[in-house]
Amino acid sequence: MTKDKKQQLKLVIVGHVDHGKSTLVGRLLHDTHSLPEGKFEAIQASCRKRGMAFEWSFLMDALQAERDQGITIDTTQIWLKTPHRNIVIIDAPGHKEFLKNMITGAAQADAALVLIDAHEGIREQSKRHGYLLHLLGVRQIAVLVNKMDMVKYDEKTFRTIEREYRDYLKSIGIEPTCFIPISAREGDGITAASAHMPWYKGASVVESLDHFSVAAPDEALPLRFSIQDVYKFDERRIIAGRIESGALSVGDTLLFSPTNMQAKVASIEAWPENSKPAQATAGQSIGITLSDQIFVERGHVASHVQGAPMITNQFRARLFWLGKKALEPGKRYKIKLGTNEILAEIKTIEHVIDAETLAQMQADRVERGNVAEVVMRTRGVVAVDDFNANARLGRFVIVQDYDVAGGGIIGMDGFFDQRAAVSPQVKSKNIFDVDFGVTPESRALANGHFGGILWFTGLSGSGKSTLAKQLQKRLFDKGYHVFALDGDNIRKGLNRDLGFSPQDRSENIRRVGETAALFAQAGTIVISSFISPYREDRRRVRAIAPELFHNIYIKASLDACEKRDSKGLYKQARAGKIAEFTGISAPYEAPENPDLIIDTETMSVEHCVNALIKYVEHHLVEPVRNLEMEAADYRGTGI
Amino acid sequence: MTHDHLDKLEAQSIFIFREAFHAIDRLAMLWSFGKDSNVMIHLARKAFFGRVPFPLIHCDTELEMDEVYAFRDRYTKEWDVNFISHLCPPIEATDATLPPAARVAARKTLGLKEVIEKYGFTGIVAGIRRDEEATRAKERVFSPRAAEGGWDAKDQPPEFWDQFKTDFAPGTSLRIHPLLHWTELDIWQYIKRENIPIVPLYFARIYGIFEGRNLNGKLMRFRSLGEKGITWPIESSAATLDAIIEELKVTKVSERSGRPMGADEDESSFERLRADGYM
Repeated sequence: MTKDKKQQLKLVIVGHVDHGKSTLVGRLLHDTHSLPEGKFEAIQASCRKRGMAFEWSFLMDALQAERDQGITIDTTQIWLKTPHRNIVIIDAPGHKEFLKNMITGAAQADAALVLIDAHEGIREQSKRHGYLLHLLGVRQIAVLVNKMDMVKYDEKTFRTIEREYRDYLKSIGIEPTCFIPISAREGDGITAASAHMPWYKGASVVESLDHFSVAAPDEALPLRFSIQDVYKFDERRIIAGRIESGALSVGDTLLFSPTNMQAKVASIEAWPENSKPAQATAGQSIGITLSDQIFVERGHVASHVQGAPMITNQFRARLFWLGKKALEPGKRYKIKLGTNEILAEIKTIEHVIDAETLAQMQADRVERGNVAEVVMRTRGVVAVDDFNANARLGRFVIVQDYDVAGGGIIGMDGFFDQRAAVSPQVKSKNIFDVDFGVTPESRALANGHFGGILWFTGLSGSGKSTLAKQLQKRLFDKGYHVFALDGDNIRKGLNRDLGFSPQDRSENIRRVGETAALFAQAGTIVISSFISPYREDRRRVRAIAPELFHNIYIKASLDACEKRDSKGLYKQARAGKIAEFTGISAPYEAPENPDLIIDTETMSVEHCVNALIKYVEHHLVEPVRNLEMEAADYRGTGI
Repeated sequence: MTHDHLDKLEAQSIFIFREAFHAIDRLAMLWSFGKDSNVMIHLARKAFFGRVPFPLIHCDTELEMDEVYAFRDRYTKEWDVNFISHLCPPIEATDATLPPAARVAARKTLGLKEVIEKYGFTGIVAGIRRDEEATRAKERVFSPRAAEGGWDAKDQPPEFWDQFKTDFAPGTSLRIHPLLHWTELDIWQYIKRENIPIVPLYFARIYGIFEGRNLNGKLMRFRSLGEKGITWPIESSAATLDAIIEELKVTKVSERSGRPMGADEDESSFERLRADGYM
């Protein structure tokens, strides 16, 4: 924030419906002589034509629809001149239905006036608006207690409202600039002290406006250069974007996030070409060329090597929701964070906040007009800042049905910087395959679990398919990427040329193993349920991807399986109708050292599935947490 | 490094241009040859390092002032732009219940619809500003239009933190307004600072008989350019950029006062035109 009286101030006026916002603006325009010639007279004539008393708010409410309904629908902007500065007034509607317009208006403001009707007192929207101003990052607030004429300019009424609302603001972390008693309709307290309220010694509304400062992009913060586009109109490859904070100079080494690649600034391009700058600072829309042709695209963020943003696929957010449909966990939404657009989901709703009482409530969805604290998970990693550290990269919007339907501010408390783990340049000791920069670790961080092959082996009827189905469903419900491979989806397509001879059975298992390994390398948890009776075949599958292979013995005695015989296969095999049936006319070689034994004879199906989930959590999910910790450790060592 | 008011406006407009160019496949910009659209071209060239990477459209009523056509002929060549000139449908094609000046504007609306359809544009950059007129004050930077070109002022998407509406259902077209936050005074100060060419009609001179009307040898200038017969000069002695800037600092006369369409004629006709897709 810089204090500069000459800078234009953007001011938003909020408050409960009918508490007199538009009237105040009309009055401000008139009393500061900011009205265009003839406008006052035109409104006078218009009121006369409609047979009503003069209405100040008509100056703002220019749309006919608003006149007919008598409420402000959208944010209008009006220019105002005080003796000391120019002001843009954003008049935000108080009606609950028009919250999205209030937010549109308030989000651009440097400061806010909150209007409260002295006669009606503090109402729901008075508090909600106060809360939203805080969320939107508006920190300078003057509270105007309006319609003092209707309470006979009574000091006690004013002080009661002041005390109550000050307490409320304090509880959400806002220190108001001042409280001013006014009557917008009568002109009390607008430009000077009111004769009706000798007990009030503070500033008038216009005087208070001069105390506000103008928010400026912060040059003192670390560099954040958000990439909008890469242009190749001619031989130059220009990285175009805006400097959100900090500054950069020709020759600086830039670190791009989330790719973690570095290059030097070769030039700052500009048109007309005679004006090539050597430096660019916060707020400027610029274009640069790089010394090395590294991969850069829209959504990436350039910083210096020191003071880089965090890289994460998870963060806490406090968000407000304006969507026509409720915001629900588990659903995929597009979020826009700086110039980055990425799919994300609400992992958990920690609580919904009642903006009036500040009560925290448990909820399984966020309804329109509500504020909530949530944990978000993005698909892939993004560069972010904690909102309190750097607002420009610490906030995002959520898109629903083509429209921006909510916004949130990011809290990184308790979350780790994943830079070290996703880096193609900084080698982590765990990275065993750098494949186009996408490592198993980066997939694991994006998915929340590692890929792997849960290779179920066991007799026909031992329970492989039953457990595979239930396990798949349970893991899927947890949000994991999971896929079950079995005879049904393999024998019909990929392996339809194969029969049941020992050679064909071996080839069948080899192909299943290769397929499972590909899925697992792609980050999926593969559950394969094949009898796979031969130790040698299973050994060969393990050899395809040893680090991904989990040999799980689904154990049941031949006796038990034959008793279950759900498909009637044993009966047919005993009758000699099926040749080379495992256990009857072909051998089953039980695993000697399985990674896990699931005994379906002694445990219920539910117990078996729980044991499998525990195994998955331990081997495929928990290591991701270690990875996050490791990333944090690297951060601690200055990487 | 400190950035003044014009630097901030310029940076924001460049940001908007680049967002539009990225988000919209078939983008075009309206060029009326007036001061605002010349500023837009200048900003676009800054945004894209010397070129305007999309076509410029003029919906021609064949009623522009002679100086405007001369300006067009010179700068379409000099700036080497991809220029589309589209002849508007005749006055008979417009709503006969509208006031006469509004019917000329309606011709442009129809012409724009035709040109959008012909080339399949999905986004149109237009130079409107919030301070021009109260209804324009309600506009968004990225403003969706229904397939027929209508504007629903009552149900506009929220727009905050510089996150614009860049997702849209098939059939939606967008209007993009890079100058929305500029004022008339900003435009003139920027024209002066950046040395942007303008049609000489903006400067005061003596007017005698003009388009069949006797202006009695008064010193006048055009504050806003429009078609012959419906746009008139206002009394002014401002014959230089500095004089215009000084004039605007003290004037309380509305910018569109030389154009009868609006409050003088029928307070709601402007809004009706906008709802119908007029810029």
